[in-house]
Amino acid sequence: MTQALSSLPVTDPQDRHVDWAARLRRKPRPVETVVQGLLFLCGAISILTTLGILLVLGNESLAFFTDPEVNVFEFFTGTHWQPQTGDFGVWPLVNATLMTSAIAMVVAMPLGIFAAIYLSEYAAPRAKAILKPTLEILAGIPTVVFGFFALTFITPLLRSIFGEDTVQIYNNASAGLVMGLMIVPLIASMSEDALSAVPRTLREGAYGLGATKLETTVQVVLPAALSGLVAAFIIGVSRAVGETMIVAIAAGATSQLTFNPFEAAETITGHIARISGGDLSYGSLDYTSLFALALTLFVITLGLNLVSRWLVNRFREQYD
Amino acid sequence: MSNTPTLQKTIMTDSTRLKPLTTNAGTASEPSETAIAANHINIFYGAFKAIADVSMAVEARKITAIIGPSGCGKSTMLRAFNRMNDFVPTARVEGEILLHGQNLYAPGVDPVEVRRRVGMVFQKPNPFPKSIYDNIAWAARLNGYRGDMDKLVEESLRAAALWDEVKDKLKQSGLSLSGGQQQRLCIARTIAIRPEIILMDEPCSALDPIATIKIEELMQELKQRYTIIIVTHNMQQAARVSDRTAMMMLTEDGKRSGTLIEFDDTNVIFTRPKDKRTEDYVSGRFG
Ligand SMILES: Nc1ncnc2c1ncn2[C@@H]1O[C@H](COP(=O)(O)OP(=O)(O)O)[C@@H](O)[C@H]1O
Ligand SMILES: [Mg+2]
Repeated sequence: MTQALSSLPVTDPQDRHVDWAARLRRKPRPVETVVQGLLFLCGAISILTTLGILLVLGNESLAFFTDPEVNVFEFFTGTHWQPQTGDFGVWPLVNATLMTSAIAMVVAMPLGIFAAIYLSEYAAPRAKAILKPTLEILAGIPTVVFGFFALTFITPLLRSIFGEDTVQIYNNASAGLVMGLMIVPLIASMSEDALSAVPRTLREGAYGLGATKLETTVQVVLPAALSGLVAAFIIGVSRAVGETMIVAIAAGATSQLTFNPFEAAETITGHIARISGGDLSYGSLDYTSLFALALTLFVITLGLNLVSRWLVNRFREQYD
Repeated sequence: MSNTPTLQKTIMTDSTRLKPLTTNAGTASEPSETAIAANHINIFYGAFKAIADVSMAVEARKITAIIGPSGCGKSTMLRAFNRMNDFVPTARVEGEILLHGQNLYAPGVDPVEVRRRVGMVFQKPNPFPKSIYDNIAWAARLNGYRGDMDKLVEESLRAAALWDEVKDKLKQSGLSLSGGQQQRLCIARTIAIRPEIILMDEPCSALDPIATIKIEELMQELKQRYTIIIVTHNMQQAARVSDRTAMMMLTEDGKRSGTLIEFDDTNVIFTRPKDKRTEDYVSGRFG
């Protein structure tokens, strides 16, 4: 043992020839520096992109709002969006966006949370092994496919149920319902994460008091996971508000302020997609109005994100 | 609320009445009443036999400690008494646990009902993320309590020696309490369901010494009414609080199953154990 140790190379503390100052001096480590720089760059790109988008949105929106033909007050209060006649009231578009999103969330929230409860609390490993990949496949379907599903399956279904006179070919209900189905996997997976994060000891505490499985799930696990469920809801709404393809295909291309989900009404995203698809002359009012709409959308999602942060912090349960 | 008779007061009177009976607890001359009994229990996790042939009769209104080296199956055995092992998909229990002559593992027995009679306090305090008040009220309501909830909450908190510390903040989250207070809240919550038996799995291992002493004192109060089974890895604690001690150890047949090697009055286990392994273990010579 001593022999093995004594054969190890060591610096003799008595050795006068060792230049300690040089030995302890900081050495250049180029690889460290380069990698660190690259990593920083990757982080910076997302920030720069956001800033760039904001800059363009702000710039073009400014051009729109300062145009003599546009009245800012009318933009935020007007109930007609008819660029041809110079009507730039944003409410019909906002209303359709909110209506489709609300319908979507009414579908997605219960389905998503129930699926999550089943997955996290009830499903046997085998059922889980089938259900989870299925949900992931559902999440991977392109939205254009969902759009056609709405138009060619859900719309005819709604029309056969409620009558062809009631339900228009293009309508918010069909688009909203399908958008809800599209969002289910997102809600389910986020909610499942939230439920699984509830410590096992909390469940045991409930069972140890004679709680049934349902009582434990509904009265202990769900409230404990509330912040995560709220986050799932908000992300879901953001997704619905920003969703474009389904509403562009199935919700209709007429901007009108209606509260009847069976009527056609164009959403913000649907409108942007349609107009920017046509030939649009750079700098025209049609052109800049799209940026004002995009900015409106941005503000809505930003607002939702802020609200969600606030809610999540407010309801956060600390376990330790 | 203040002039209602509280559980603690009731306990006080009980304790004076029961005093002669409990001071020299466990002497052979006393008639003992069995609260719950294990009968040839084997417990498996999949193919692994974690508990091999444990039989023990737990006396009513006594504190029974289960001691033994870590991994010898103390928790597994404890959780057999209220069917908590049901939540481990691979776990399988053979043999009988008898409560009032009823086998808890007989077909047709509802484990939810079992846990209402046999409550449990866990190693890590696990109050619900609800208010202090609701932690207790929820447990009571769950078990069909429809009486005066304020009164029950106060009684339970008093019985858990927590009332004075929390009476002004009942609406605060149970999670805002210190670890020791949280554990007493969990005990209060268990008392609120009026069980006969309270199982405690190393209830003090996450607590500081002062909080530990508080819980130990509390256990002495509680045993006037409840039967307590406590798992502890702390020899001194077992010696301090318990009337009876069950010594568990791994079998030496290579299967490494946990089994009961000695079960006797605590002072016997700690002063003149019959089994050499027990003697080594309690005197710290084990290993
Ligand atoms: N859920 C489980 N699944 C499989 N094996 C387990 C499980 N829980 C405990 N065991 C095993 O059973 C044995 C006894 O564990 P446990 O009862 O926790 O011992 P103790 O409480 O005395 O430390 C150990 O070998 C442990 O690894
Ligand atoms: Mg244990």
